Amino acid sequence: MVPVWRFYFIVAALLTLLALLVGRVLLLQVLDTDRGHEFLQKQGAMRSLRTAEIPAYRGLVSDRRGEPLAVSTPVISLWANPRHLDTTRLPELAGLLNLQLSDLQARVDRYAGKRFMYLERHMVPARARDILARRIPGVSGEREYRRYYPSGEVAAQVVGFTNVDGEGIAGLELAYNDWLRGIPGKKKYIKDLHGDAVRDIGVLEAAQPGRDLKLSIDLRLQYLQHRELQRAMTVTGAKSGSIVTLDAATGEILAMVNHPVYNPNSQDGFEMANTRNRAMTDVYEPGSTMKPLTLVAALESGKYSTETMIDTAPGWINVGRKTLPDPRNYGEISVSRVIEKSSQVGVTKMAQVLGHEPIWGVFQRFGMGSPVGVGFPGESAGILPDRPRWRAIEKVTLAFGYGLTATPLQIAHAYSVFANDGVQMPLTLLARDDSVEAPLGQRVIAADTARKVVDVLHAVTGEHGTAGKARVAGYEVGGKTGTVHKVGPQGYIDDKYVALFAGLAPVEDPRFVIVVVIDQPQGDAYGGGAAAAPVFSRVAEGALRLLNVPPTVPAEGIAKRDKQPGGNA
Amino acid sequence: MADYLRQLPQGSADLARRPSAASRFHIDVPLLVLLLALTSFGLLVLYSASGQSSAAVIRQGQYFLVAYVVMIVAAQIRLVTYMRWAPWFYLGGIGLLVAVIFVGVGAKGAQRWLSLGGFRFQPSEILKILVPMTVAWYLADRVLPPRFKYIVVSLAIVGLPAVLILRQPDLGTALLIAASGLFVIFMAGIGWRYIFGAAVLAVASAWPAWLFVLKDYQKQRILTLLNPESDKLGAGWNIIQSKTAIGSGGWSGKGWQSGTQSQLDFLPESRTDFIIAVLAEEFGLRGVLTLVALYLLILLRGFWIGLNAKTSYGRMLAGSLTLTFFVYIFVNMGMVAGLLPVVGVPLPLVSAGGTSVVTLMAGFGLLMAISTEQRIADY
Repeated sequence: MVPVWRFYFIVAALLTLLALLVGRVLLLQVLDTDRGHEFLQKQGAMRSLRTAEIPAYRGLVSDRRGEPLAVSTPVISLWANPRHLDTTRLPELAGLLNLQLSDLQARVDRYAGKRFMYLERHMVPARARDILARRIPGVSGEREYRRYYPSGEVAAQVVGFTNVDGEGIAGLELAYNDWLRGIPGKKKYIKDLHGDAVRDIGVLEAAQPGRDLKLSIDLRLQYLQHRELQRAMTVTGAKSGSIVTLDAATGEILAMVNHPVYNPNSQDGFEMANTRNRAMTDVYEPGSTMKPLTLVAALESGKYSTETMIDTAPGWINVGRKTLPDPRNYGEISVSRVIEKSSQVGVTKMAQVLGHEPIWGVFQRFGMGSPVGVGFPGESAGILPDRPRWRAIEKVTLAFGYGLTATPLQIAHAYSVFANDGVQMPLTLLARDDSVEAPLGQRVIAADTARKVVDVLHAVTGEHGTAGKARVAGYEVGGKTGTVHKVGPQGYIDDKYVALFAGLAPVEDPRFVIVVVIDQPQGDAYGGGAAAAPVFSRVAEGALRLLNVPPTVPAEGIAKRDKQPGGNA
Repeated sequence: MADYLRQLPQGSADLARRPSAASRFHIDVPLLVLLLALTSFGLLVLYSASGQSSAAVIRQGQYFLVAYVVMIVAAQIRLVTYMRWAPWFYLGGIGLLVAVIFVGVGAKGAQRWLSLGGFRFQPSEILKILVPMTVAWYLADRVLPPRFKYIVVSLAIVGLPAVLILRQPDLGTALLIAASGLFVIFMAGIGWRYIFGAAVLAVASAWPAWLFVLKDYQKQRILTLLNPESDKLGAGWNIIQSKTAIGSGGWSGKGWQSGTQSQLDFLPESRTDFIIAVLAEEFGLRGVLTLVALYLLILLRGFWIGLNAKTSYGRMLAGSLTLTFFVYIFVNMGMVAGLLPVVGVPLPLVSAGGTSVVTLMAGFGLLMAISTEQRIADY
């Protein structure tokens, strides 16, 4: 007979083994060892619990009057899990997406074995929902925002643009990215082995929308300038150009346009070079537009007044081995007339009396060679070289704006000193907020000096000046032309010019400072007076009318109408 | 005769009592109740593990129905009949195993099935019952404990089908069958020197077995057991996922049908071999302990039946069948808990599947036949 004790032995062994099993489960399931319950619970959650970003609405960029410049609209991006995609329905999908079946097939093949591929990004929600409603296995939608720029190319370089993920990568979109972007929210969801979301558990943090940005730009002026610059490009056949308009009293940049342009709403024909906001990033030699600054140095020295007579005969002057000519022999003329005529001989003689230090000092005080501090990506500071040894010719050419570089915006900033009674306001691309105290301007020159320079600038647009074409019907304006040779590898190029005009309007109480730069105009009308001054005229005229600045000179047409009975002056 | 005298008072009491319906139909009531509880619990877990598929539950219910019928039928047959027929059935079973080699049907690289007019079955399953039955028949007529040459013959009876099944290849079933036969020999009371000798031999043969017998995929499974993280997405996947499922259940579990591991397809084979991980995740340690308690009660009942069997044959057979049932439990749970290498052994009466359920229940039918047996053989 089978021994009984063997049964007891077996039962004991068996209980031991079962205890071993239970102990093992206990270890895994309840006890808090480092690879026990909590660790494994976390592991389990890691497999199935996911947090996803809820995209945040990106703030609106508007002009100073609230016109939208950059808007985010909700869109849906369609994506597929290629491992899960029902390939028998590819033809249907290709049809819905307006794709060639072979193209779609090739893309799906390329992503075979991956878990994610975009089918089409940023679709109109209604269309995406139609496709999603067909419940093609492996096709899902993702809520996103798409950036749209209602003003298109007109403000493109100032506003900048975002990448497809909604991050600012150029212009103000980049500079104020953190302000605009908001904080993405988080939601929890459960996914299964195949990576498909099974269900949402809930929102952990709601997305915080980004803040809006109100620019100092006035879209009406921006449109006007854009149109005038395009026209100037056509007329002069120039390569590129910029126009900047400042509010003289506040330092706000009211408009800033460039050529060439690009369409921020489309990828077609996109070229990175066209996205440059040249008015802030590109530097030019300012040339004769700096002569009013030289005039400041002369007036401040006490050695000159605007009426001091200078003999410019015989119409040329030798400096070192160079001969600097005037267009013709002006004879003995006043300092004021020297600027009006932009006489090289007159300015040279003044510079030789003054020495380069006071002129250099004035340039520096006006902001040459220093960043304008707008905080725009790629903003350039220009160069105002502080040479250890100055050659005789360098001392003179500095006086008429050679040997230094500046951006169009810097030139405008310098001229705002004249327009604002000698006080320079810090520049900004954001609308000044009335609730915040306006920043203090910096007095650069005496109000009296500023007044005198403005009078000279006014004379430049007068009948003896170089910028008759800058005149605006109904208003008195002032400004200064500049024509500089472009620099090539072998020094200055004879037949390539940059035409500049820097001006202000109206002269009685200047509201705007406007700088026009035309790079490489073709043909005979290449000078500042011929190529840039007319653009200034049109822009200033439009700006004065748009901002309801009352005319100061009764133009003929207006005068006639005023005489009619019941006329509304 | 001492045994006879010891059993007489109890036996006479039995004779005096009027036979109940249960005993007339040879039903062991405690065992039946335990089995009903276990199979019900199994269906509950299966419903969740199959992703709330009533179809899966109904199919499994049908298997259970068949299996209970088989059990009750098996319980009606007298032990002497089993003894008489055991060797012939055994030979028939061997014949079927040989037939599998020549006309068997395969799946996943293994040839284990015979196909008879659209109905497929696995002859190795029948051997799980036939091998212990035959060894017990062989040894029941000898003087116990058996002498050396009888042990050798018994080992041959066990070894022949085990080798045939190992060649299919089906390591899990071969091990179960070998174990069931060896348990009979053990129950026959062989001396400890044989047991120790076998143990030493087993340990000594481990290294040659690793080198010459085990196939690469089997070695891989053992290596994976030792370090599942070495191949997380491949061989280690099953075991990592099941450990995670068990561990994240905690004391009270995530709730029925709410286990993330099992419901979201992370856990492989969640209806079959790894179903206990589903149970552990959703019902927690409470659920596992409940299941283990049920198993333990069934095992104890099985041994109680063996202990009270009136013949050596019944005693050996009951002991072996119960131990085999335990091996099922231990190998499956050990595998899922990461203690043993992955071998295809289902969790008895809980995992989805038909044949193993029928064989197991047939075994319980035999146990019932043993428990309700009248003293015949030992007169």
